Amino acid sequence: MDVIVQARGLCKHYGNVIAVQDVSFEIRRGEIFSLLGPNGAGKTTTISILSTLYTPTRGDALIAGHSITRDPTAVRQIIGVVPQEIALYDDLTARENLIFWGRMYGLSGRALQRRVDEVLAQIGLTERANQRLKTYSGGMKRRVNIGAGLIHKPQVLFLDEPTVGIDPQSRRAILDSVKELNRQGMTVLYTTHYMEEAQELSHRVGIIDHGELIALGTQAELTRQVGEQETLILHIGENEDAETVANMFRVVPGVLQASAVDHRIALTTRQAEDILAPVVARANEHGVRIHSIDIREPNLEAVFLHLTGRAIRD
Amino acid sequence: MKKLMWIGLKDIQLMLRDRTALIFMLLAPFLLTIGLGLVTGQLGGGNFGGLEAIPIAIVNQDQGKLGGALVEMVQSPELAELVNTSLVAEAGAARDQVDANQIAAAIIVPPGFSDSIIPRDGRPVPAQVVRIEVYKNPARPVSAGIVQALVEGFISRVETGRVTGEVIVRQALAAGLITPQDMPAFAAALSERLTATATDQPLMRLRTGTTEGSAPEQNTPSDFNPMAYMAPGMALLFLMFTVSNGGRSLLAEQAHGTLHRVLVSPTTGTQVLVGKLIGTYLTGTLQMLILIAASSLLFNLRWGDPLGVLVLILACVFGALGWGMLITVLARTAGQVAIAGSAVMLIFGILGGSFIQLNLLPTWFQWLSKLTPNAWGLDGFTILGLGGRWSDLGQPVLGLLTMGVVLGALSIALFNRRRLWQR
Repeated sequence: MDVIVQARGLCKHYGNVIAVQDVSFEIRRGEIFSLLGPNGAGKTTTISILSTLYTPTRGDALIAGHSITRDPTAVRQIIGVVPQEIALYDDLTARENLIFWGRMYGLSGRALQRRVDEVLAQIGLTERANQRLKTYSGGMKRRVNIGAGLIHKPQVLFLDEPTVGIDPQSRRAILDSVKELNRQGMTVLYTTHYMEEAQELSHRVGIIDHGELIALGTQAELTRQVGEQETLILHIGENEDAETVANMFRVVPGVLQASAVDHRIALTTRQAEDILAPVVARANEHGVRIHSIDIREPNLEAVFLHLTGRAIRD
Repeated sequence: MKKLMWIGLKDIQLMLRDRTALIFMLLAPFLLTIGLGLVTGQLGGGNFGGLEAIPIAIVNQDQGKLGGALVEMVQSPELAELVNTSLVAEAGAARDQVDANQIAAAIIVPPGFSDSIIPRDGRPVPAQVVRIEVYKNPARPVSAGIVQALVEGFISRVETGRVTGEVIVRQALAAGLITPQDMPAFAAALSERLTATATDQPLMRLRTGTTEGSAPEQNTPSDFNPMAYMAPGMALLFLMFTVSNGGRSLLAEQAHGTLHRVLVSPTTGTQVLVGKLIGTYLTGTLQMLILIAASSLLFNLRWGDPLGVLVLILACVFGALGWGMLITVLARTAGQVAIAGSAVMLIFGILGGSFIQLNLLPTWFQWLSKLTPNAWGLDGFTILGLGGRWSDLGQPVLGLLTMGVVLGALSIALFNRRRLWQR
């Protein structure tokens, strides 16, 4: 497979603040590449640089052979961008929105009308195409948001956290449509802080944290870095201080790392079954109520925990 | 170029679907015009109400009847609420009062005015007609325009009488009703009667709205309708809302992410800015045209020369757009534009004469008003309302165009510094 996106040492600094530092990766034509990382890790900044919205402080990227710094107009015609926020006009219908965005890409006349019909069918909104967006649910708006990024048949689609804040059903629909687009040959750059989405969709994953790409590879390659480690997920009560509870478990023999996310404690260990009993005993000892326990095989979350010492939603 | 139009048309489409914006742009000006009409008595059968009479001076150096007739006319009870006339002996003193902005205009009737029109004691009239001078105060263009209209109306009647007299005398001679010897006496008697007729009927009657069963009178330069001042005043007031709303939409697009989305398409920041300016300009023009058409129907207003009205609207929107751009570039958020836009709209409304006739205010205030598109626009609409043509709009149109160019250039410079769409 040939390389369609080639990022070379991308940096973006705002004064002393480093948003992105020396990020390099390649995306092959026809693959789904995910940038996985917590909020504020630099995912949106990276996508904004690649989509020519921000000029990199240093570095460059080639998209289908065109430099984002020297030939941004050519790049913009090749890429489709689906921003994190719903960037559409609420007082226009879905059809009018798609027509407007098509015109911004130079489409017109019958070709535009045909393409709008195709996209409406693709996102499953043909029936409601003539209703104003403000009457749509959040999930439906997200679908139009994606449709607007597809209107000009881009070679590469950038999707910036497209499932944030939507219901599970719409999320499922979006993940399925991304897979379908990829099946049709679309190259996708997908950013997310949901480990499960990256696992489900991606051919390869780049893990980003504090503006730096800290790991890159297929899921198998990444989990291999963790070795044979397993993760024990403890769901605790809402009244518990998760950070204090995580500290409490760090001293349990066999626990390699402990971190807290919301009301969950993630414990990494070589053999989950070996620490199960002492963990429950220590919880009882301190009066901490455990609602449920999951044991997970090595996954991307474990990789992130292994690399950063923090859970991905920190 | 197509892209600019699509961006502009999209903004117009969005505006037409925004009920709140439509209320502010179209309904509110009507309601305020009607409200002011009721307050000032122009609707519902009142009279000039709270507006003060225009201070003028008249210098009558004429020994004949016509000079006296003119004095009598401007001091008549019918015009008492419109003009406050003082008699001044010296032309120089009257001009000094105008120069000192104490009065709106001075009417100077030179010696021999009557004799240049009416034969006296058998003497023939001179070939050269002696002209009445209206010395106008440039700081009070509206009031001065009304005085000018009054005098022109008077002269028009006198001229009609003179021509009628000549025709009657010639016909009487031709028919053998009088002999050439009788002609001076006959002409003198006739001129007495024509002069009396000319001054019998009031030259200007203030409009008091429609009375039951009677159709409103046609506006002519000699019956200037103050509603024709209020309606454009309100239209210009709410034009400022429209232009600041256009600026607000740019920052709203920035906040909602649609601006960034356009910028990752093959569309430049300049295209976005120009497209949005086109949209706002067309919206403002459409608003003014709708308001003018509707007020013509509802209030029976005659705005004057249609070409002049169109030229003036285009210039007004251009000037106002300059202010809209400046407000936008100085604000940080769409909310700030909305607040600043409303404040500027009201300040300009007061300063520009939308609520109070500027000629009732101090000179420094009148000069300050020139910073507003409202003042220039009102000057223009008054010129047209008093019978002026589009070619008479040089000063207000130039003022508005200068305003648009200067403020537009300043805004673009500030836009570039601010780098609203820094990539």
